[in-house]
Amino acid sequence: MKGAVLRKPGGFNDIYKHKPGADKDRTHYCPGCGHGILHKLIAEALEDLEITDRTIVISPVGCSVFAYYYFNTGNLQVPHGRAPAVATSVSRANPGSVVISYQGDGDLAAIGGNHILQAANRGENITVFFVNNAIYGMTGGQMAPTTLEGMKTTTTPYGRNPATDGYPMKVAEMLNSLYAPTFIARTSLHDIANIRKTRAAVRKALQYNMEKKGFSIVEVLSMCPSNWKLGAVESQNWIRDHMLEVYPLGTLRDRGAEVAPRVRPRPELDPARVRETLGLGEGSGVKLERPKETPVYPNPSVRIAGFGGQGVLSAGVVLANLGLEYGYNVSWLPSYGPEMRGGTANCSVKIQDGTIGDTEATKPHVLIALNRPSMEKFEPIVASGGTLIYNSTLIDVTPSRKDIRVLAVPITGLADELGNTKVQSMVAAGAFAAATGLFALDDIIRLLPSLYSGEAIVKLNEKAVKAGFDFVRGIKS
Amino acid sequence: MDGPRKYPFCEIDQEECKGCGLCVNACPAKVLEISSHLNSRGFHPSSYKGSGCLGCGTCFYSCPEPGAITVYLKDYVPEGV
Ligand SMILES: Cc1ncc(C[n+]2csc(CCOP(=O)(O)OP(=O)(O)O)c2C)c(N)n1
Ligand code: SF4
Ligand code: SF4
Ligand code: SF4
Repeated sequence: MKGAVLRKPGGFNDIYKHKPGADKDRTHYCPGCGHGILHKLIAEALEDLEITDRTIVISPVGCSVFAYYYFNTGNLQVPHGRAPAVATSVSRANPGSVVISYQGDGDLAAIGGNHILQAANRGENITVFFVNNAIYGMTGGQMAPTTLEGMKTTTTPYGRNPATDGYPMKVAEMLNSLYAPTFIARTSLHDIANIRKTRAAVRKALQYNMEKKGFSIVEVLSMCPSNWKLGAVESQNWIRDHMLEVYPLGTLRDRGAEVAPRVRPRPELDPARVRETLGLGEGSGVKLERPKETPVYPNPSVRIAGFGGQGVLSAGVVLANLGLEYGYNVSWLPSYGPEMRGGTANCSVKIQDGTIGDTEATKPHVLIALNRPSMEKFEPIVASGGTLIYNSTLIDVTPSRKDIRVLAVPITGLADELGNTKVQSMVAAGAFAAATGLFALDDIIRLLPSLYSGEAIVKLNEKAVKAGFDFVRGIKS
Repeated sequence: MDGPRKYPFCEIDQEECKGCGLCVNACPAKVLEISSHLNSRGFHPSSYKGSGCLGCGTCFYSCPEPGAITVYLKDYVPEGV
């Protein structure tokens, strides 16, 4: 710390205003908890490196879940074990910031084990402070991956037995087997000499972060007096006498001097540019006027179901795309799972003016059933007053509901007449447009070139749409 | 304390301290002690015996509480002097 006074570091908030209750001037940690010491070393480094304002601390799940009460930085609190994933996105989207992933050993080594490996392996420009207290603190002292052999926890009441519980996991060594990380150190809080070494490691890790030198992690052996059921000083001694042997201290890797600053692609945060980059653009570029006739269902929810391979899913995509062109909000939810191989597939489509919440069409206004099992499965859920369009080429029974409109359309047959059963989906789309009045035939035809490429294919689909449309209009009149 | 302050010295916030004793144990000059009184949160806070501080900062870095300990080092010049 600068100056002639050692006092509460500027990386901390003066008052912990986000902390509920009256005690906004002290931490929630137990007396003698190592988290507090590490917090202080980090807060001091933030102040001295003058990065408090551009640092974002990701708090984990664990006792340090509330780290965001204390640090006068940007803060996010994220689901258990996911801090490295969130840190990745935050650091990539804000390359000018210093991103810290603060994690316990349950969080980092158990539930989040793969997240930390992948983030380290990508060499993300983040700094991880990893508190190894050999136990789950917050939840009351269960075994962690880092628990020592023979150590009693609530879930290893007779002591951790490697035969059934495995061995203490050496995270620093594990990460050191990866190529990408820049700085890996293990330090301890068990006495002042080691606290000072931790202080130096914290600073180095943050320095490399500022210099965009990639991934750094400091594993810190830390006291949990409450769950170890020891006093604070006894806990420090316990680290010295039991943990050091299993978790040797030192800098496992320091490539800070060699590695070049990481160059990441410039993040694009402008919504218009993001749409353009993702190819969402302005769709076909055609802005469609909605048809003059009032649609039968103003905000339809639709189910389309049939065999895998009948174009069920693509028929849904076509309807959703058409909805978009008319300026509706749309959703498309496919469902196939193991049925992909010849079984049944279905999708839900919603085309609405308002916000779409649930994307599953549980009470569809329109059901398009392309085969019999699908009709039998979904006919019962069609909304009363709804429409069932069924593929009369393949379905040899008639629907039984009397409270819905039933349209028998030989969808497969019409497609086959055009020489290609693959265009069933467009026949179905044409039938849908005619049955609901939601889309005009001319509009669909105009949009086809943006949905398909190749003149012959576009022409074929045009014929298919028209066939489905005309067939239904023929029934109506 | 009587007379002008002798630097360095160590000040402990009697309310923020949780009485864990890490500073007392770590102080090389043995000038800190756990007091017999309780603070409003029910902890026996640590306190400075009043003289003999070396200004080494050991207590400050050993303490888990962000603002419990302030150490005024040798070269500290009080405001207004
Ligand atoms: C998804 C999920 N699973 C489990 C939990 C329960 N849980 C809360 S904290 C914790 C372990 C915390 O231990 P550690 O990461 O070692 O942190 P410490 O509390 O020791 O600092 C667990 C399992 C949870 N909150 N969320
Ligand atoms: S339970 Fe352990 S890790 Fe959690 S605050 Fe208490 S001492 Fe710290
Ligand atoms: S600064 Fe050093 S000598 Fe002074 S009270 Fe703290 S630990 Fe003791
Ligand atoms: S280390 Fe801090 S909390 Fe613990 S007794 Fe000393 S001043 Fe109090």
